[in-house]
Amino acid sequence: MGAEGAALIGMGLCAAGFFGAALGIAYIFAKTIETVGRQPNAEARVAKYCWIGFALVEAIALYALVIAFIIMP
Amino acid sequence: MASDSHAAEHTSPLHHFEVHNVIPIEIAGIDLSISQAVIAMWIGIAVVFGLFMLIVSRGVSPVPSKLQSIAEVLLEFVRDMVNEFIGKEEGKKYFSFVGTVFFFVLACNLVGLIPGSYTITSQLVVTGVFATGIFLMTLVIGFAKHGAHFLSILVPPGVPKIMIPVMVPIEIISMIARPISLSVRLFANMTAGHTVLAVLFGLAMTAPGWIGWAPFGFTVVINGLEIAIAFIQAYIFTILTCVYIGDAVKLH
Repeated sequence: MGAEGAALIGMGLCAAGFFGAALGIAYIFAKTIETVGRQPNAEARVAKYCWIGFALVEAIALYALVIAFIIMP
Repeated sequence: MASDSHAAEHTSPLHHFEVHNVIPIEIAGIDLSISQAVIAMWIGIAVVFGLFMLIVSRGVSPVPSKLQSIAEVLLEFVRDMVNEFIGKEEGKKYFSFVGTVFFFVLACNLVGLIPGSYTITSQLVVTGVFATGIFLMTLVIGFAKHGAHFLSILVPPGVPKIMIPVMVPIEIISMIARPISLSVRLFANMTAGHTVLAVLFGLAMTAPGWIGWAPFGFTVVINGLEIAIAFIQAYIFTILTCVYIGDAVKLH
């Protein structure tokens, strides 16, 4: 296995890092929906934090993608 | 990050991020040529400037017309962000800077979605310079406002005295991580979006007609998602700028 093959395998392993980000985003939106269900007039305030949290969690997934691009052969 | 070697006959999906010079200009050995990135930045500036000039050209009246109320909604949005994190009196000094950051990043993100155009915020140098500039600005604001007492930002409130030598290196690392994460977040989101679009379009073009419509439909959906991501990422960049400036001003 040359360096190029190993780099391709490494890129595939980087894609496994997206799993945690998917769980994180699902958790954020689940909690937002639950909060809106408990108190519907809190929706505006909670929605703002929901989108901020979503962007921050998605950023972690994209850090993994950046590493995949760095090791691309 | 070279394009693919002998393994694939097509260029890599990252090839449309390469910068090509339109008018080569070289002054004293420094490459100042007009490239696609420079033209895209000019278009971003022209869009923001033209939009607000158009709104103001009809005159500003206490009873707002439709265009003026759009501008008022946008500016109130930025003003609420600034007031929440920096405070009302201090926020007046930083409102125009934060507004500029928000509208410029939003315009550059959206201009890149036009087919054939170039997204400058998908280059790490551009977002890195934005984020490093903002970080240095917060340091200058903190030292100018508080002097040497600004270093107390590294010690969170309510920490027992014995833990301070342990906390300070951790806080320094988290401070240095701020411009890095700010720039990489915007860069990675824009690059990933455009790369996914490039890969899907390639699949839609090279697949036979009876299956090529499925990736094409997916591309339409992803394009809509990219517009939403452009807005969200500009908003996140601006709100983190406000948080960092607010940290430097309020020291906790």
